[in-house]
Amino acid sequence: MKMYLNSIFADPERTARLVDIAKTSLRPLLEGAVMNTIPLTIISFIIGLILAVLTALARISHVKFFQIIARIYVSAIRGTPLLVQLFIIFYGLPNIGVTIDPFISAVIGFSLSVGAYASEIIRAAILSIPKGQWEAGYSIGMSYTQALKRIILPQAARVSLPPLSNSFISLVKDTSLASVVLVTEMFRRAQEITAANYEFLLVYSEAALIYWVICFFLSVIQGFMERRLDRYV
Amino acid sequence: MVDFSCSSDFNLLQGSFTMISIKGLYKQFGQLEVLKGINLEVKKGQVIVVIGPSGSGKTTMLRCLNVLETPTKGVISIEGQSLDFSKSVSKKSVASFRRLTGMVFQNYNLFPHKTALENVMEGPVIVKGEDKTAVRKKAQALLEKVGIGDKIDYYPAQLSGGQQQRVGIARALAMEPEVMLFDEPTSALDPELVGEVLKVMKDLALEGMTMIVVTHEMRFAREAADEVIFMDGGVVVERNKPEEIFTHPKEERTRKFLNMIQ
Ligand SMILES: Nc1ncnc2c1ncn2[C@@H]1O[C@H](COP(=O)(O)OP(=O)(O)OP(=O)(O)O)[C@@H](O)[C@H]1O
Ligand SMILES: [Mg+2]
Repeated sequence: MKMYLNSIFADPERTARLVDIAKTSLRPLLEGAVMNTIPLTIISFIIGLILAVLTALARISHVKFFQIIARIYVSAIRGTPLLVQLFIIFYGLPNIGVTIDPFISAVIGFSLSVGAYASEIIRAAILSIPKGQWEAGYSIGMSYTQALKRIILPQAARVSLPPLSNSFISLVKDTSLASVVLVTEMFRRAQEITAANYEFLLVYSEAALIYWVICFFLSVIQGFMERRLDRYV
Repeated sequence: MVDFSCSSDFNLLQGSFTMISIKGLYKQFGQLEVLKGINLEVKKGQVIVVIGPSGSGKTTMLRCLNVLETPTKGVISIEGQSLDFSKSVSKKSVASFRRLTGMVFQNYNLFPHKTALENVMEGPVIVKGEDKTAVRKKAQALLEKVGIGDKIDYYPAQLSGGQQQRVGIARALAMEPEVMLFDEPTSALDPELVGEVLKVMKDLALEGMTMIVVTHEMRFAREAADEVIFMDGGVVVERNKPEEIFTHPKEERTRKFLNMIQ
């Protein structure tokens, strides 16, 4: 640490070089974030949430078949490393003639992952809504679907907002794994830059800082949304 | 078996038209038989108060009328529509049957994420698909009628228990049911808030609404009920006019219960 700092400040030329690298790296890093990290996060999260709601509903349904399918899905995803799943999708599937674009592979992998983990959050949230809320819906003539959509899910959304926000923020960081399936998201950009100049500490720290800034903003938005939804409780 | 069908006299509001008829209603939870053959007829416009010890099946009977519970067997008819639970009943017939009754719950069960007005509008707009502007007017009028016209934009958490229960009544009325069912509507309330809810219920009774009210409010029973039913052990033990049943109960079990609560 001391040596590194010494080497920077004792040597004006090296200082200038580092400042220069930091500046020129910023653009490709941000590009990676804007073009890939952020879209990958948002698309995967939306698809994942849809999967999660469906899975949660399957788990609480009275149809045994749906329950079993949902259980197997959640268990398989939670029981295997995300990295391995991404490898199977991107490097494995071509063996049976299924070749998928890197970005799409990553979307599939992350969506499946979000779907499984978030389904547990949503299931718990749905079950936490008192039975009387379903009954009040039924008593004014609602069908299962109407009660679910109008009464239960909006309240479950409030309950699951904090844990889902955490999932979302984790996903931002997890998308760095997409670098191994050749998606040029922010971390892969950082790897490409360091391959040319060997300034690992600087460039990876710069990438880390950008992740941090993104996550910080997300947590600000989370707080804002929670306060908005708190109006009625 | 006592035949209750012609036991009541009728004032102007109560024609001889039978609104509710329950025949041989049974309900079992697993091994526990809770309703053991309920027979009951209620005329249009009658107000029936149901009393009875805890666990006697009062709530279960109301929930069967609203089909929140599926009876094991028996036939329920309301305003000519009937469901025979000895056979399997379709979801569709349950849905249309449910519209005949409005339910008011002990703990209100208002939708906490919706304002008072939205709670009342929800049924007509979503279930009946009625026009929003028209429903808004109707809902406002209903909330005014139950005395919270000035709080229509409040969320349930911002209302007192008595106010919440009155929204609950307005919500049920908005669906224009033939019969209103009340399950201990005031028992979760602080004593000073009970009166405002009972007043709304009395007004409703005066308007000719057919009502079945499970309550321990004996004053309400005396002032508003046409008849009182005493339930015990899953059957209707005794049915009579309030003054009769309170002063000269025929059955020993009724007498014991009344002694206990007075
Ligand atoms: N969903 C259920 N599953 C199993 N048992 C139930 C269920 N609902 C009610 N019971 C049982 O049925 C019996 C009658 O209950 P019910 O709520 O109808 O009584 P009640 O007359 O309303 O009593 P209370 O005055 O305490 O409200 C009780 O023994 C209760 O434990
Ligand atoms: Mg009860």
